[in-house]
Amino acid sequence: MSAEKKLVGYLCTGCGIGDRLDAKQLLSTAKREGKLQECKQHEMLCNAEGVKMIKDDITEGATHIMIAACSRRAKVEAFNFPEAAMTRANLREGVIWVRPATDENGETTQEMAEDYIRMACAELRTINKPSSSGEQSLNKNILVVGGGVTGMTASLEAAAAGYPVTLVEKSGALGGHAALLHKRVPHRAAAIGTTNSRTADLPQPVDNNVAELITRIESAGNISVQLNSTVAKTSGAPGRFSVEIATASGPTISADFGAIIQASGFKPYDAGQLGEFAYGASPDVVTNLELEQLAKEAGNGPIRRPSDGKEVQSVAFIQCAGQRSEREAHLPYCSGFCCTTSIKQAIYFKDQNPGCDATILFDDLRTPGAAGEDFYRAGQQKMVTFSKGKATEVVPGSSLLVRFQDLILNEATEITCDLVVLATGIVANSGPDPYAQLAFDEAAEGSSEKETLRKALEVAPPSILNLSYRQGTDLPHLRHGFTDSHFICFPYETRRTGIYAAGPVRRPMDIQQAMDDAAGAAMKAIQAVENAGLGRAAHPRSGDLSFPSFRKEGCTQCKRCTVECPFGAINEDDKGYPLYNEARCRRCGTCMGACPVRVISFENYSVESVNQQIKNCNIPDEFAEKPRVLVFACENDAYPALDQASMSGRELTPWARVIPVRCLGSINLSWITDSLNSGYDGVVLMGCRRDDDYQCHFVRGSAIAAERMSKVGDTLSSLNLEPERVALYEVAITDIERAPKLINDMADTIARIGQSPFKF
Amino acid sequence: MSDLNQNMIEKYRNSFLKEVEANVEEGEWVKMCMQCGVCSGSCPLGKHWAHPPQEIFMMIRAGQREAVLSSDAMWMCTSCYNCIVRCPRELPITHIMHGLAHYARRLGLAPKGQPTMAFAQIFWDNMMKAGRVNELKLGLSLYYKDGFVQGIKNSLANMKLGQNMIKAKRMNAVEFFGGHGVKDVSGLQKMIRKAQELEDARIAKYGK
Repeated sequence: MSAEKKLVGYLCTGCGIGDRLDAKQLLSTAKREGKLQECKQHEMLCNAEGVKMIKDDITEGATHIMIAACSRRAKVEAFNFPEAAMTRANLREGVIWVRPATDENGETTQEMAEDYIRMACAELRTINKPSSSGEQSLNKNILVVGGGVTGMTASLEAAAAGYPVTLVEKSGALGGHAALLHKRVPHRAAAIGTTNSRTADLPQPVDNNVAELITRIESAGNISVQLNSTVAKTSGAPGRFSVEIATASGPTISADFGAIIQASGFKPYDAGQLGEFAYGASPDVVTNLELEQLAKEAGNGPIRRPSDGKEVQSVAFIQCAGQRSEREAHLPYCSGFCCTTSIKQAIYFKDQNPGCDATILFDDLRTPGAAGEDFYRAGQQKMVTFSKGKATEVVPGSSLLVRFQDLILNEATEITCDLVVLATGIVANSGPDPYAQLAFDEAAEGSSEKETLRKALEVAPPSILNLSYRQGTDLPHLRHGFTDSHFICFPYETRRTGIYAAGPVRRPMDIQQAMDDAAGAAMKAIQAVENAGLGRAAHPRSGDLSFPSFRKEGCTQCKRCTVECPFGAINEDDKGYPLYNEARCRRCGTCMGACPVRVISFENYSVESVNQQIKNCNIPDEFAEKPRVLVFACENDAYPALDQASMSGRELTPWARVIPVRCLGSINLSWITDSLNSGYDGVVLMGCRRDDDYQCHFVRGSAIAAERMSKVGDTLSSLNLEPERVALYEVAITDIERAPKLINDMADTIARIGQSPFKF
Repeated sequence: MSDLNQNMIEKYRNSFLKEVEANVEEGEWVKMCMQCGVCSGSCPLGKHWAHPPQEIFMMIRAGQREAVLSSDAMWMCTSCYNCIVRCPRELPITHIMHGLAHYARRLGLAPKGQPTMAFAQIFWDNMMKAGRVNELKLGLSLYYKDGFVQGIKNSLANMKLGQNMIKAKRMNAVEFFGGHGVKDVSGLQKMIRKAQELEDARIAKYGK
């Protein structure tokens, strides 16, 4: 293969590149220093003629191409050559657009361009065209875990798209919590043109749709339902998950699936914690879920209270009961469905007996969904009393006394009623946090930390997926037990590729949101199945064929890659070597950054491919007074921010040399030490926001990089270098002003503290 | 009047909101308030009110009957309509304020000597005499409503204004002696009496 390597470069002189730079010089740099066999010039490389020229060359044997034109994020459709390995030198956004077009800047601008060409050529020599591993397999079957509204909707969506579904439900019936509801909150707003009158036709509680969903499941044809069943074991990867389903009556079923959707739903909050509201002390204090039972029993007749069967003539709803509170055993978050649920339940009482007093004590009334505000008005129309107040106490008795602070009139007051309904929230029905087990395993024997972790593990819920992954049995949590995913950017992607979470296990939500969620997760599962079939990566590098591999002879079995992989992609084999599961891998390269012996690499991205870029940038001697600032910019946010800055005319120091990286997590510390050793004056690392409110596209990559970099101080002091020479920043894609400024600041810092002593 | 008050208390023992809905002009809108407070923030006189509109609506729902009806808050409304224009729920807040004031007066609960209410009565009595408003007498009645000494003080304080109005022929001192009126005063009075009868009958039947 290497014998047939043919490296060809292309220099575009369009978009002003030819006017600003010495093209002849660049061509010669590419050939002589870049060691390309050939380098062609074109006045507009991205037009049909230019693209055809490249395509023809590839047909005639070019295996590696270097395109010196615009940013690698521009013209991606034109410069799409899957048949060859490709690198791009960013002369437009990276050089001419960030430098002023004046004579005195001509020299440094030209140097910048030549460096980028040298770097692109050097990178090109180290990479190869990625091709899929050959381990991929197409399995269109999808496993859905959980038979509530979310699970049923996900099953129906996937089945309708032609992907056979196996639906596993723990209990003996489909429907989940939704099946317990008397009616549900409407999902449609009032008709367009409905006037804001007192008699407007507003949305009302509608009949439960669970029975209809069950009927559709039964008649779908390609959905197999396993009731009274749980997932006993899951192994493999997207496209080849091998699952054992334990059934209550029969034998264990083994089946293979392409992707998994976890729709394990929620558990109701334990209202037993709410002594102040007399829950438990009086049978007439019930939770919102218990009221549904009372309403169901009443049919459309009067709702009777549990203690003495008296028809309820007055009812009070206490919103946010045990929620949005920092008190111990309370939920700190909003469960998102209780406001509309209480409006619906108050309407139960009003519909059946308009004379019944229904009071909703709320702090902040929030009515999400299309019907939201209209449904609130429907409640008001029926004379439900909405009082902005915070309930403090319920005194039990034959008639209940609710004490509350009226927040509008600012006074402590009280009402009496026959029944109190507590709007309690939900707790995610997740499996145990896999990292709790890992932390326990790694804590020192006999330490107090280990004891705390052990206690937490004792009350951990049973596993739902029973993954046989090195990194634990279930999906990692973000906060409060909800599954880790990014709530805006990738809501369904969990940290286990090919396994998608949907519904209230992901975040608190109502029925309509859960159904939308289910459809989203089903689409993602289908995508995962198809990608796995072609050996391609899932989000965010979707379509990427490259995958990590390691040089076994060099591996020291330190296991850092298996621990640090944010997606649990790497298991261990019998001998203790890492065992990659390409289909689980998201191609972030965090393992590559983790490896102390640098044996992990991708075909087109490796420690060496970046090292060569670092080495092939020209470092002028100290008398030239031209410092060099090396910038590692995350290709997801920081690099586009720099491109955008360039497009909007922001200036960048001529000393900067930017190398895009897949994720800060892929940065190997050797790059930092090597660059400082070889005379770079400063290093700037730009990644996404990390930790709880992360924006890192690989969830943990940025945080892991920050952890590694916290130790770089020792390296710097051992080299006798100032700590200011290395800076790590969190950069968002919108930081158009800030991103170039951070780099310019480093240039200023170097001007202040002086150039590196390591120049030759 | 207080009999009516007692009747109403009996009838709506549980819910002042229902009482307002049944008896106050536009009162059926009160339940639709969502307590955003835009009305209170928009009212140019809001900070001088004992209870701005949002608070009045909340008090109605909280059953604070006495406090609402004996308040002078709704009498402070100048009908600028800022609140109506801005209410996101499109409540006719100005009309509700006047409706509440009117209802409080019917029940005999409006604060004694409330200036807006006093002026309204003076205006009405003045107009009913001749079928037209006698501006000179209206002004004087207002000056002297709190007694003779205060009346002299008020008159002296506004003397310059009065003189200028006479000079500019905006006011005629002769109007003090009788003044002009409509052609058939007794006919007008008869008409108004009939209208009052009809309204009383309607209120007796429908509450408002």
